[in-house]
Amino acid sequence: MKILVCVSKVPDTTAKIAFSNPTTYDESGVTFIINPYDEWYALVRALEIKESIGGTVVVASVGGADYEPIIRKALAIGADEGVRIDAPENDSFSVATEIATYAKAQSFDLILCGKETIQYNGGVVPGFIAEMLDLPYVAGASKLEVNGTAVKLEREIATGIEVFESTLPMVVSAAKGMAEQRIPNMRGIMAARTKPLATVPSCGASANTSVLQFNMPPAKSGCKMIAPEDAASLIQLLHEEAKVI
Amino acid sequence: MKILVFVENNNGKATKAGLEAVSYAKSLATDVTALMIGSVDGDGGVGECGATSLKVQAGDCDSKAIANIIAQEARDGAYSIIVASQDNLGKEVMPRVAVMNQCSLISGVTALAKTEGGVVVQRNVFSGKALAEVSSSSTATILTVLPNSFGVKKVGGTANVSTLNIPSADSKVKLIEVKGNHAEAGIPLPEADLVVSAGRGMKGPENWGPVEELASILGAATACSRPVSDIGWRPHHEHVGQTGIAIRPNLYIAIGISGAIQHLAGVNGSKVIVVINKDPEAPFFKAADYGIVGDAFEVLPKLIDAAKTFKATK
Ligand SMILES: Cc1cc2nc3c(=O)[nH]c(=O)nc-3n(C[C@H](O)[C@H](O)[C@H](O)COP(=O)(O)OP(=O)(O)OC[C@H]3O[C@@H](n4cnc5c(N)ncnc54)[C@H](O)[C@@H]3O)c2cc1C
Ligand SMILES: Nc1ncnc2c1ncn2[C@@H]1O[C@H](COP(=O)(O)O)[C@@H](O)[C@H]1O
Repeated sequence: MKILVCVSKVPDTTAKIAFSNPTTYDESGVTFIINPYDEWYALVRALEIKESIGGTVVVASVGGADYEPIIRKALAIGADEGVRIDAPENDSFSVATEIATYAKAQSFDLILCGKETIQYNGGVVPGFIAEMLDLPYVAGASKLEVNGTAVKLEREIATGIEVFESTLPMVVSAAKGMAEQRIPNMRGIMAARTKPLATVPSCGASANTSVLQFNMPPAKSGCKMIAPEDAASLIQLLHEEAKVI
Repeated sequence: MKILVFVENNNGKATKAGLEAVSYAKSLATDVTALMIGSVDGDGGVGECGATSLKVQAGDCDSKAIANIIAQEARDGAYSIIVASQDNLGKEVMPRVAVMNQCSLISGVTALAKTEGGVVVQRNVFSGKALAEVSSSSTATILTVLPNSFGVKKVGGTANVSTLNIPSADSKVKLIEVKGNHAEAGIPLPEADLVVSAGRGMKGPENWGPVEELASILGAATACSRPVSDIGWRPHHEHVGQTGIAIRPNLYIAIGISGAIQHLAGVNGSKVIVVINKDPEAPFFKAADYGIVGDAFEVLPKLIDAAKTFKATK
């Protein structure tokens, strides 16, 4: 079983969001982490599958040299090999093209992604990869079981849980529920130093969208405080002033 | 300008998210064609939201097969814009269509697109903490609309229904079962207009009675913060935030939730936010429209009484 986990680098969830110019995120003082969906759910589930039936887990990222600590962390958690595809993250389409081009030559049985990055919130990279490689794809799965080449998946929806069947090879994007976060231990961190981390050249993928400008959302006009003993008046305000009930 | 809208079919009717996508398209152009898969009652409700025609392809298809149908219908630039909802199905189908027809895809848009001289549109980034204006460089562009950011607008009308007969690919992903265990929980959270949510400030699962009562009187769905679902006080599907689900209701009432940035990331798209917290320094007040500094166990009974009286007079 050969599993590819695509991991992306995002600002820490508590990082301040500011822009140094209209199109550039201000990275000063920001620590970067592995996108939580990629780390907690996709990577850990890949490791669990490997632990139960054997195989290799490769983590791949598209990005510059600043991606290496992120890939090392994934190796410390337990991935066997790291790959950095040396290309700029221009847009979801170019990132997916880079990953698909790399994966095509490797014949992975399973490609796992996160449901979306908490930075761009695109949620489309895995779908692009699936189509570029002509593979089945389930988005936002909360459970993934592999039995030979048969795959059983679950997905939480508004009214319940959908259960799907498919076959390997396939692409899956992971949501909450698929696995539990693992904290790398000392042994993992030591081992990660000597695990292979290869750099693969870019295939020169081009983007077809671009960010013209980042903006901050309009600020709230201020919070209207209601004394606890007048709590009842809130209902009237929500009806007459806010007009939401 | 011609727009094609992919509308998800729920037992013969368009889903709410699908109707939202139709309303979005109608605000961009007059010539709106909807496309649905399966069997549809009448026009499925899309005409009322402004679709002039509806094309229906019979059968049961997975996302690859659906993408194939949409790509065929939209080939050779037959539509300059394709719209769908950014829900699970939209996320599976639309990237495939983009690859098949070599058009660009801008996902999760939150405002109407400017369409003169290329498409420019706003979308949420950094989990709603910022916005980005994104442009597309291809002649046809796919836009997926973030659920609840636009709303369903009824303009009246019926769509001309015709059938499509596009040979579809084999389905490799099969939906074998839907376990409907959240149904009894009332209103599905992602679709709810009103949400009552509570956090660790409620102290324990046995104290959720008033939260549920307020929600039921208002006709609201219930939600919770992540620690509350992690410790099992509430079911996982109620967890909202950066790592749970993101919601954008008209009203979000947060009780005993501190307002951590990861929680806000899932709810900051709500139109009106009410915060009830005994700590005046709770960060949530900065994101709120209405605030009550007080003990939830004293404030909730007052709200329940007021809400009952309000509903009785309506
Ligand atoms: C990577 C990452 C991702 C995360 N993702 C999410 C996410 O998706 N969603 C999420 O919710 N959290 C998420 N978190 C956790 C988040 O940081 C907070 O820890 C969490 O939201 C706190 O939950 P809470 O407000 O219920 O609890 P607390 O922070 O413990 O706050 C309880 C609040 O209740 C108030 N209170 C206590 N008693 C009363 C009373 N009697 N009446 C009224 N008020 C009272 C207190 O003043 C306090 O403000 C994430 C954290 C990380 C690191
Ligand atoms: N630069 C990247 N390198 C590797 N994987 C990525 C990258 N960007 C996105 N992904 C993967 O695609 C998923 C969805 O990303 P997005 O479509 O950008 O929201 C992420 O959760 C990752 O698994």
